[in-house]
Formats: sequence, C-alpha cells, structure tokens
Amino acid sequence: MRSFVARRAAMLVAALLVSSFVIFGSLDLAPGDPLATLTGGRTLPPEAVASLRAQYHLDDPFLTRYVDWLGNAVLHGDLGTSIAFRGTVTSLIGARVGTTLALVAYASLLIILFGVGLGTLSGLRRGALDTGIVATSSVLAAVPSFVAAIILLSVFSVNLGWFPALGAGEGFVDGIWHLTLPAVALALSAMAIVVRVTRVAVRTEMGREHVQTAVSRGIPYSLLVRRHVLRNAAIPVTTVVGITITSLIALSAVVERAFSLDGLGAALVQAALSKDFAVVQGISLVFVAAFVVANVLVDVLYAVLDPRVAMGSRAT
Amino acid sequence: MSTPAVVLEAARERRRRFAGNNLLVIGCGIVIGLAVLLAAFGPLLAPHDPDAANLGNAYVGPVAGHPLGFDSQGRDLFSRLLTGARTSMAGPFLVVLVSVLSGTTLAVTAAWAGRWVDATISTVLDILFAFPAILLAVLASAVFGAGLTAPTLALAIAYTPYVARVLRGAALRERARDYVAACEVQGLSAFVICARHLVPNLTALIVAQATLLFGYAMVDFAAISFIGLGVQPPTADWGVMVASGQAGVLQGYPMESLTAGLSIVVVVVAVNLLGERLAAKDSEGR
Repeated sequence: MRSFVARRAAMLVAALLVSSFVIFGSLDLAPGDPLATLTGGRTLPPEAVASLRAQYHLDDPFLTRYVDWLGNAVLHGDLGTSIAFRGTVTSLIGARVGTTLALVAYASLLIILFGVGLGTLSGLRRGALDTGIVATSSVLAAVPSFVAAIILLSVFSVNLGWFPALGAGEGFVDGIWHLTLPAVALALSAMAIVVRVTRVAVRTEMGREHVQTAVSRGIPYSLLVRRHVLRNAAIPVTTVVGITITSLIALSAVVERAFSLDGLGAALVQAALSKDFAVVQGISLVFVAAFVVANVLVDVLYAVLDPRVAMGSRAT
Repeated sequence: MSTPAVVLEAARERRRRFAGNNLLVIGCGIVIGLAVLLAAFGPLLAPHDPDAANLGNAYVGPVAGHPLGFDSQGRDLFSRLLTGARTSMAGPFLVVLVSVLSGTTLAVTAAWAGRWVDATISTVLDILFAFPAILLAVLASAVFGAGLTAPTLALAIAYTPYVARVLRGAALRERARDYVAACEVQGLSAFVICARHLVPNLTALIVAQATLLFGYAMVDFAAISFIGLGVQPPTADWGVMVASGQAGVLQGYPMESLTAGLSIVVVVVAVNLLGERLAAKDSEGR
C-alpha cells in the first residue's frame, strides 16, 4: 500500500512538472515574439514593455525562465501580473476561486446524492421505474452542460421565475439559490453516467453467489443491501464518481460563462479571449494541479476500498 | 409439455429484443446519415441566405417559408441550422480522425516494440491524461487564436491517450496470437505485419472507439464554440448559435438556442447509442 501511494505521488509530481512546462512553453510556441503575445497586440508605453521584459526575463534562455517562473509560483505564490484585470494573477485567482469551488462542490453533492441514489434504486427494483430511470439517464448523459444551462434558464428562470438567471448572489442562502441552476447544469450529464454505472454495479452484486448465500441465510433485506451489496458495489461507483467529479473542474468554465458567474473558469476564458497570457497560464496551472491531485486521490481511495489494486492486480 | 413453450417463448423474446435493438440501430443510422448529409450539402439545401440579416424580423416566430422563424438579427433560423451542421460535424470529425490515427500508431508501436518503447509511450500518455480536453483547447486558442484549427488540434491531442490506452491492450492480445508468430516466421517485416494483419484485426474496436469519441468530441467542440474560443460568429454553427441565442432566452425567445442545442443532443444521443452497440458487439465477438 505504501509503495503504491509512493508510486502515485511520484507520478503526480512528474505530471505536474510536465504540465507546468507545457503551460509555460506554450507562450514560446505562439507565433511571433513572446512579448507581442504578452501584450496581446496592445501598444504599451516603453516603460511597461521594459518591465514586462524584465518581469518575464525575456532576455534569458528558455529553461532559466521556466525555472524562475515555476520557482516564483511555488515558493512565493507569484504568477505575474494581469494586463487586462489590473492586479496580480494570484489576487485574481484568490478573488475568483470561491465561486468555482462552491459550484463544483454543489454539483458533486448532487452527483453523489442523486446519481448514486437513483442508480441504487434502479439497480434494486426492476420494472417501470427502472426502465424510466435508464431511458432518462441515457438521454441526459448526452446533454452538454451548456445546452442544459439554456434549457434550465428558459424553463426555471424565464418561464417559471423560480430561480435567478445570472450572477452569484449575496450571502450564503442567496448564493446557494443563485448556484442551483448552474450546479444542476454542470452535474446533469455526469449524474446520468453515475446512475448507469451504479445500477449495473448493484445489479451485478445482487446476482453474485455470496449475496444468494446471504439471502438463503435469511439475512434481512435492508441489512443484505447495506452490508453485502452496497459495500462491494462501492468500488466501481467510487471510481466513476471520482472521475466524473474531477472532470467538472474544467467543465465549470463553460457553465460559468453560460450563467455569467465570476469564477476561475470564466476568468480563464475571458483572459484567453483578450490574450491576457499571465492569467491564462496561472489559472491553467491551478486547474491542471487540481485535476491531477483529484485524480491521484481517486486512485488512492480506490486502493483503500479494494486492497487488490495496491497489490498490483485488478478488481474484476 | 411445458419445455417447448418456454424455449419458444425465449426464442421469441430473443428475436423481439434483437428486432428492438435493430430498430434502434437503424434509427441511429438514419439520424447520423441525415446529419452527415446536412454537413455535406446543408448550405445548398438552405432555403434562404443564412447570413442575410433583417432587423425588422428579429425574434419573429415561425411563418410560412420560415418554419423556425428568425433569430435576434432577423436571419432565417432554419437556414442557419442547416448550414451550421457543417462546422458542427466537421470539427469533431477531424478531431476523431487525428486522434484515432495517432492513438492507433502509438498503441501498436508500444505493443509491438515492448520494453522501454512501451514504457516511454505509456508514461507520456499517462501524463497527457493530466490535461482535461477543454482546458487544453482553451490554452491552444489563447496561444494560436480562436478559430477552428487550434481547438481541433488540442482536442485531438487530448483524446489520443484515451484511444491509445484501449487499443494498446487489444494490440498486446493480438501480438500474442499465433498468426503474428506465423507471419514473423515467414520473414514479413514488422510494419507489414502490423499494417496488413494486426491493425485490420482491430478494425471493429477502432470503429467502436471512433464512434464513441465522436460523441465526446462533438460536445467538447460545441462547448468551445459556445464559450467563444472556437468557430467565430457570425458563422452559423450549432455551438455558436446556442451562445448567440442566449440573450433571446432571457427575453423569452429561446428558439435559436433550443433548436441548435437539440440538434447537438439528437446527433450525440444517436452516435452514443450506436457506439455503445458497436463496442458491445466487439466485446461479444472476442
């Protein structure tokens, strides 16, 4: 187990190093002078150009610049200065990260609650309810978050007026109120996938011999489901919940755009559109780091639930 | 004699399920075929100029000759929907083409060479997994400018490890088969064995993967266009139309966003169902 975690941790560091290298190097990949990319084609006063040149050490060799940039980012939390947002990238990220975290957390909660709940229900009970859940989830799995956003906006905020259309709201309750439609839009297709995987996992466990044995031993139904079915079904379900939740991190950008939320993803897209490169690099780095760390956590959790994984063999 | 009745009933049930599945596959095929036809000939089929604006018609509902009415600029919505199929389908198609080509090449190379080549390729692919597709596409359009090319390439790179991971396993299984050894004994070169014998045996799996991937690519590509980093307005494109219709949604005219969004959903549902069916068939045949 310990060596498994160590291996995953090494992989984590390697992935972070390589992805930070790609994010930083992409600036040099851009056609034309890096300085032109940094200024985004704006004409700046010579002092500003000189300070940019000094700040990015544009006269140094590439590798030196990369090490400097990464060192500043990791040791001092310094990711440079935004051209369009006026201020340091770190302060911009600090101001925006709350909305994104709340959105992803809310959507994750919905996925766990409804995805696993409905999937278990559908797996345990055959019949009309099961068929309905399966049919609905195979359509919902194909609805992209931004289409879901449009439909939710049109139905629940324009026609019914139940939820506000745009913005993040003030305070905790109002904030949750404002985040409900975005979180549902973000969670919907992932939830549908979790429902389907949970359903199959529960049904597979129900058909296993050890469950049949437990039935013949006269174990009460609720105990049977909790102890013998759900515990074993938890292994594939945790994996798919983990994978879908980590995929929400990048997808949040699309939903934030659709609902005009001022989160990290919206800032990333805004920066990409206005060629504010320091912001693009900074937020990309945060997103990739979150994504990679979340993935490793899922892997380790998987190994905790199923010790066979850490020993190198795969669960069946 | 109850047994024959049960057997007959089971056979009937099997046939019914088979027919049901076939109907589903035929339905999916029709939807996909229509979408491909639109992508090829949509601009020719459009009854009106998709870009001809007339603000006097803004948000006018369906009337004779304009079955879906007009968008916020007074452009004929039906014509824009037909024309928009082209970029909405061509983008994901290119993504799938590039990622399947590169993924297959990497997977077969890794499976064939083994040892350090396999280890290197697998490590690189593992690291590529660290980039969510959408993030890579945003990064690419920030660097190379918004448009069709940068997001297409970025998505293709982001999808490559998914293709390669599945195909590497399958290629390893094929590599161990007797016919490969027989070819080697006959003195065929590695390239010929892979290109003529090994890859053709993986065709069913490759087609299933490509189909499933097309569904994901279509959603991601439309999302990139929706946030403004892909296809640029005023080009008629389904992702762009969902975004440009958003102002209308808030004013109670959701036609543009909804029709474009539904077009994406219908094609993606059809592609996903077909892909799952192909993948199931492939694993049955194994």
